[in-house]
Amino acid sequence: MSVEVDGLRMRYGTNDVLLDVTFEARHGEVLAVLGPNGAGKTTTIEILEGFRRRSAGRVEVLGTDPAHASEEWRARVGVVLQSWRDHGRWRVRELLTQLAASYTCYRTPWDTDEVVAAVGLTEHADKKIRMLSGGQRRRLDVAIGIIGRPELLFLDEPTAGLDPEARREFHRLVRDLAQRQETTILLTTHDLQEAEKLADRIVILDGGRIIADGTAAELATRIAGEDEVSWTHDGRRHTRSTTESTAFAFDLFRRYGNEITELAVRRASLEDTYLALVNHAEATR
Amino acid sequence: MNPTTTALRAGWSRGRIELRQSFTNGADLWAHFFWPTLMVVVTYFLRDVSFGGSGFLLGTLVLPSILGMNAAMAMVSMSQQLTADREDGTLLRAKATPNGVLTYLVGKIVSVSGGLVVDLAIFLVPSLLIVPGLATGDVGSWLTLLWVLALGMVAALPIGAVLGSVFTSTRGQGLITLPILGMIAISGIFYPVAALPEWLQWLAQVFPIYWLGLGMRSALLPDSAIAVELGESWRHLETVGVLGAWAVVGLLVAPVVLRRMARRESGSSVAERREKALQRVG
Repeated sequence: MSVEVDGLRMRYGTNDVLLDVTFEARHGEVLAVLGPNGAGKTTTIEILEGFRRRSAGRVEVLGTDPAHASEEWRARVGVVLQSWRDHGRWRVRELLTQLAASYTCYRTPWDTDEVVAAVGLTEHADKKIRMLSGGQRRRLDVAIGIIGRPELLFLDEPTAGLDPEARREFHRLVRDLAQRQETTILLTTHDLQEAEKLADRIVILDGGRIIADGTAAELATRIAGEDEVSWTHDGRRHTRSTTESTAFAFDLFRRYGNEITELAVRRASLEDTYLALVNHAEATR
Repeated sequence: MNPTTTALRAGWSRGRIELRQSFTNGADLWAHFFWPTLMVVVTYFLRDVSFGGSGFLLGTLVLPSILGMNAAMAMVSMSQQLTADREDGTLLRAKATPNGVLTYLVGKIVSVSGGLVVDLAIFLVPSLLIVPGLATGDVGSWLTLLWVLALGMVAALPIGAVLGSVFTSTRGQGLITLPILGMIAISGIFYPVAALPEWLQWLAQVFPIYWLGLGMRSALLPDSAIAVELGESWRHLETVGVLGAWAVVGLLVAPVVLRRMARRESGSSVAERREKALQRVG
């Protein structure tokens, strides 16, 4: 296991942000923590990064409690931060070389030119960082996150504020990284499509709890996953929701044969599932 | 290699890069040249003004004092840069890198003190041509200047780091400018402190600016100039005592305060400050 979280609780004053968060990330997988805004995703990931102390619960990241982790542990973990205007005067290659130097006593970092090429910034390598576009800066953030060849990489809302083109490029970059399978990736997002596209497994965080955990396909079928079957019989349009849509259609044909026309089956989408889950969680809160 | 050695080396190269950057961009170059040039102009106008009946020219007294004041100002640069770097997330990046906070601090010390040495030279070289009567031919003068400068840095930089940790926004930093200007006014930089009421003299002697000015005067003025000083002595022992005390206090307090500040940094705290700063602009 790369990450083990058990009964994690976080409280600010009298305000509970996380009540009982339990999940795991396996070695080499891409795990998305999905949830609506304000669900506590950032708090969770900051606790795992070792940037925030928790109120209660057990947390192990690469076998160590991040609240008491050493600099050696820090070298095994990559954090993709949302840059703003830090290091604006530095040149891309210069900053990466500088940061890589800090890892040399623990592990062999990426070669600067290789990492620059991996994130597609080769032609901007000698540019000042403040001259980069939003998407380019984001890719630099990833390069900084992976420069030390981390065993585990954290990405908090990585595509927030990117235009669709930059977003697509960014997704491609994360998938490339995931395919190398050297790194476990844990990302947070409020965007379901993003989670579906990038993650091997999704945990849904809402109201301070993990309310679902599984692959996109598992989540879609497991909970509230009703397909919608519609057909025309006797000139009238019918619609029915069912979890057994194939059997239901077979049964329709057996009973009415070719009197059935305009048959359509709409599979439950993950979006329906997600909304159903979140609505359910909010209603019972 | 040992982690601390790695961090020190990385910090050294970080400091050198920052120093180079501050001499290759317009805004910083302006800052590097503006104050020293202004001080050269001040010295120029004071060069023929005599100070009371002491037989000394005010320009001669003021030149070393200004050196001392500039050295003390390293405290302000340290503090401002630390606050700015925290606000924009530079420090958070350092924290996300192994031994990054140590690397960052070493880099800051290198770049701030390197920048200071250049600033001092920008002021000193032309001023030496303007001002008569300095004891510059003696190796001892320059050795004194060096130890006073070094001790002054060890005293000023940790205090700067503490101030930088205490103020969370660049706006809050503006608040310390006024007390610092007040301190300069009473520290005998532009006019000998002996001319001030006694209680102000005592107050001035609590802070490092006075002692840095005195130390620099002791280095560059002929011995007869002690007539103008309190107690008619260069008081090297007291200089070492007061600057040393500030250094010890600073070196004890700074790591604690810095560690506490660094511990509080996270992506969301930087995001919060970004929001605030953007609202201010918008």
